[in-house]
Amino acid sequence: MQKLRLRYAKRGRLRFTSHRDVARTFERALRRAGVPMAYSQGFSPHPKVSWVGAAPTGVASEAEYVEVQVVEAVDPEALRVALDQALPPGLDVLEVVQAAGGNLPERVEASAWRIELPGVSPDRLSEAVAALLAAESVEVERLTKDGKRIVDVRPAVLSAEVSAQVTSASSDAEHDAPDLSRPCGILMTVVRQSTPTVRPDDVLSALRAVADLVPPVPAKATRMAQGRLDDEGRLVDPFAPDRAAEIGPGSGSGADGVVGDRT
Amino acid sequence: MSVESVFPALEPLLPRVSKPVQYVGGELNATVKDWDSANVRWALMYPDAYEVGLPNQGVMILYEVLNEQPDVLAERTYAVWPDLEALMREHGVPQFTVDAHRPVGAFDLLGVSFATELGYTNLLTALDLGGIPIHAADRTDDHPVVVAGGHAAFNPEPIAPFIDAAVLGDGEEAVLEITDIVRAWKAEGRPGGRDELLTRLAETGGVYVPRFYDVEYLPDGRIQRVVPNRERVPYRVFKRTTMDLDAWPYPKQPLVPLAESVHERMSVEIFRGCTRGCRFCQAGMITRPVRERSIEGIGAMVQRGLEATGFEEVGLLSLSSADHSEIAEITKGLADRYEGTNTSLSLPSTRVDAFNIDLANELSRNGRRSGLTFAPEGGSERIRRVINKMVSEEDLIRTVSAAFAAGWRQVKLYFMCGLPTETDDDVLQIAEMAKNVIRAGREVSGRKDIRCTISIGGFVPKPHTPFQWAGQCDPDTVDSRLRKLREAVNSDRSLGRNIGMRYHDGKPSLIEGLLSRGDRRVGLVVERVWREGGRFDGWSEHFSYERWVDAARVELEPLGVDLDWFTTREREELEVLPWDHLDSGLDKEWLWADWQDALDEREQDDCRWTPCFDCGVCPAMGTDIEVGPTGRKLLPISPVGKGSPVRNPTLVKG
Repeated sequence: MQKLRLRYAKRGRLRFTSHRDVARTFERALRRAGVPMAYSQGFSPHPKVSWVGAAPTGVASEAEYVEVQVVEAVDPEALRVALDQALPPGLDVLEVVQAAGGNLPERVEASAWRIELPGVSPDRLSEAVAALLAAESVEVERLTKDGKRIVDVRPAVLSAEVSAQVTSASSDAEHDAPDLSRPCGILMTVVRQSTPTVRPDDVLSALRAVADLVPPVPAKATRMAQGRLDDEGRLVDPFAPDRAAEIGPGSGSGADGVVGDRT
Repeated sequence: MSVESVFPALEPLLPRVSKPVQYVGGELNATVKDWDSANVRWALMYPDAYEVGLPNQGVMILYEVLNEQPDVLAERTYAVWPDLEALMREHGVPQFTVDAHRPVGAFDLLGVSFATELGYTNLLTALDLGGIPIHAADRTDDHPVVVAGGHAAFNPEPIAPFIDAAVLGDGEEAVLEITDIVRAWKAEGRPGGRDELLTRLAETGGVYVPRFYDVEYLPDGRIQRVVPNRERVPYRVFKRTTMDLDAWPYPKQPLVPLAESVHERMSVEIFRGCTRGCRFCQAGMITRPVRERSIEGIGAMVQRGLEATGFEEVGLLSLSSADHSEIAEITKGLADRYEGTNTSLSLPSTRVDAFNIDLANELSRNGRRSGLTFAPEGGSERIRRVINKMVSEEDLIRTVSAAFAAGWRQVKLYFMCGLPTETDDDVLQIAEMAKNVIRAGREVSGRKDIRCTISIGGFVPKPHTPFQWAGQCDPDTVDSRLRKLREAVNSDRSLGRNIGMRYHDGKPSLIEGLLSRGDRRVGLVVERVWREGGRFDGWSEHFSYERWVDAARVELEPLGVDLDWFTTREREELEVLPWDHLDSGLDKEWLWADWQDALDEREQDDCRWTPCFDCGVCPAMGTDIEVGPTGRKLLPISPVGKGSPVRNPTLVKG
């Protein structure tokens, strides 16, 4: 039994898939790719695939994580290529590492988001972001299956700045080419995983609450990275311990305090 | 003329609608072709929600058959939900295909597959959103030719005002012939315009063009006659039959959606047609004769399909799958081949008398053990003779006892209510049958947790069946019988608590009856319902009985007919039926004789195992029964892989 960890992206129109859609698509792609999956026992056997969070429906991502278990040893790079080919364009497998023990979900405590707001000028966006950061608490309402729920966005927002960058994070060039004829404010923000989770939508609701910012067309959000926070507030790559173990014990150990993670 | 994708206009609307993924396309095995290099372009529609329409085998087959032609392009479109419809109207986004998001109005043909009549209002929405006049008479050379297919096309009269043409029966060869005619007409510079194109289609005898037929009525509202109104158009239009299923192994590359759909499995049609002769069953009547796919052909389709899709379940489809002459070899062979790959098999439609426990065990060997489902259809022996569903209660009890003994805990039974000659007693027998199932299950398994679910549908008389003359049971009677049945089920709590009951009230069935046996005048009702907001009539949360009843009153009363006249009225032998000029091959005299046998409670055997009983199909259509056993083998015999039905040598180390 071998465990592999994958980072994949959800891009372009595939951002409209729900987590359940992604999970089904993944399981079928694993079968088509001929991956010798391990299955659970029992009445209704399921392939051993475990998901680490999931970007919400409508949100793109460059950093989604999943673990799979196989019954025959496979080469991580061969798996990456085979699975990426079997998945539809827009679900792209970026990295595969052999798990070196430890708990992957515990290596994720915050996300970096990039939120594009077409039709909103960077200046207008900067004002709103400043107002958000100046507040101590910004409560917004979210509609859930069980009715309305109040979420305080502010404590989860670790940083937020308006980017001057103009290129699109998305790779679905045919449909996502940025429209340069109008301004597009881009918000880069790091948000801590909390309960309840603060999503990009909630950050936008908070901007509306503090500065009455209402984007004329729906914003496009992309998760750029996930990980633990280091002392400077940067995100640490969740695969760092696995990669260190691949190189071999004794090299690069302990550099960022996570390689010695318990197994 | 090149055609632009509407996706840039659609995309900003998607975050505002529910389940946006259903509108983005990108299914595995979908095909997008260059617009300008195609000579003939088809848009194929399944007029229901994407989750229902996507797994439809008919659309998938035609999509692939057409796209295999080098100069033909086919894309798919589905009904959009009202939330997106409103936004599309507000922002001027037309009905689009999901493949390349091209506007449906730009295609040469729009083929619409009607599995049920309740999709008619959705056709009008799609046409209207597509900028295509809803009335065929208002269309010009620039609009697509709207072609209806599917089982409902065997009586397309209620949608005659909205369609240009209808094709009866199997579509594989018909779509290619229509394509040839359109290609030639376009290459010649469209001589004679739309009218000439439709005439060329009609004169083949296999394409029905309603506008070329005039309907004359008697003073009492019945039809006097239906006659062609121009030369070159035949009096009768015949159905199409694809004889050699092995020559048409489609779909080869089944579509796999990103979104969840109603059938999460890979389907292989193991035979087409059915001669069991259930008198209520339109599918069994209009798809004759039986044509089996060979065991070899099935094996190849399953393997290729699993490689192309990654599904975990294989559905062996037909109208009665356990009737395949080699079903035991097929299921055992597939179970052996996919041992250890978590690939399960299912037979979605099985008869009690053709089922045995060996078969059940093969089906559940490599995956999930699903529940067992049977369809006795009628509660009493008497009513089962009337409908010619000759399964006995003893057969049922014997089969379910074996299943319960082998570890199954649940069985589902399907019935109908409102059948011809039915009495309260016939329906109450359903409760007795369910209780006997529970008793037998408890006895053989020694357990208390046996469950039986009875699911009851309202009977709708259908064209081209022996019951086409029957008066449909009114909804009040259906509802009252279902109430009494519920009381009977609950009368004995010790058994009743293990019996689940599922049913709908009788009202939607009455409207389905109107649309099934209606004539052209019913088109007025369809249009009025649609104009008043009727959409997705197959969905109880969208269906409005009042809207249909009101529209029927307004539109039909001035014509001297009404909803009851079309539904609960029993027809006489010599009445001209709206579909008499549409030839399913069935001899009308035989159908009438079978109807009389039904009333006399006389059963009819299956012509696969007893002599021909002259239903008329084979001589009329030049067809014959095609059944095995062939004695051929399922190949390859060896197991295929570990943890996956596909072996990938590049993956495994060392």
